[in-house]
Amino acid sequence: MSLFLTGEPLEVDDLIRKVILPGDGAVAVFIGVVRNENGGRAVSEILYEAYGPMAEAEMSKIALALAEEYPETRLAMLHRLGRLSVGEASVAVVAASPHRAEAFAVCRAAIEAIKKIVPIWKKEFGPDGASWVDPNGETTL
Amino acid sequence: VKVRILYFASFREARGLGEEERRVPDGATVEDLWQALRRELPELARLPGPPPAAVNREYVPHATLLREGDEVAFLPPIAGG
Repeated sequence: MSLFLTGEPLEVDDLIRKVILPGDGAVAVFIGVVRNENGGRAVSEILYEAYGPMAEAEMSKIALALAEEYPETRLAMLHRLGRLSVGEASVAVVAASPHRAEAFAVCRAAIEAIKKIVPIWKKEFGPDGASWVDPNGETTL
Repeated sequence: VKVRILYFASFREARGLGEEERRVPDGATVEDLWQALRRELPELARLPGPPPAAVNREYVPHATLLREGDEVAFLPPIAGG
């Protein structure tokens, strides 16, 4: 689909290969996974929907800002869209760097920024029905 | 002024469609459009506060003036990751 969004299962090894260089001594990986409950509600599947072009633009901005702040670290981010089952990866963030401190820092900063600003929504499906949820796991309009 | 409105997630379901074109008065702001939509779709008023808005795929303040051809979206609470 694109650099940052995909309808296909996430392949973390591919992302690592995209960013790693011979001078790297550290790769930090974050994988977000569909959990079987949220706020006490049982969850069997999650549907992810994005404002595609804007989500891509916002993720580009995250990458640019972190590249400026950590010039020796490279970052790959991929968010999956569509309907996912419990245990499937919804987002992968990979940061490669000569040293682990920067790799961890960039990986953490990237996932926090994604959650905060990238226009992606999720709808939970479970035995009690389906609902859109907000970042705190509360059901929302 | 003609703008294109995009609806996502719960807003798309509340509106029953993903996008539409709409005329707004000259000088109308993003907030004016939000208030108009809220009157038509009472479900939107269930939100605790006004949602973030995007014009042409950039976050903007609600005071932003709308221009011909703008792509406008109001974003329900995001939950990526």
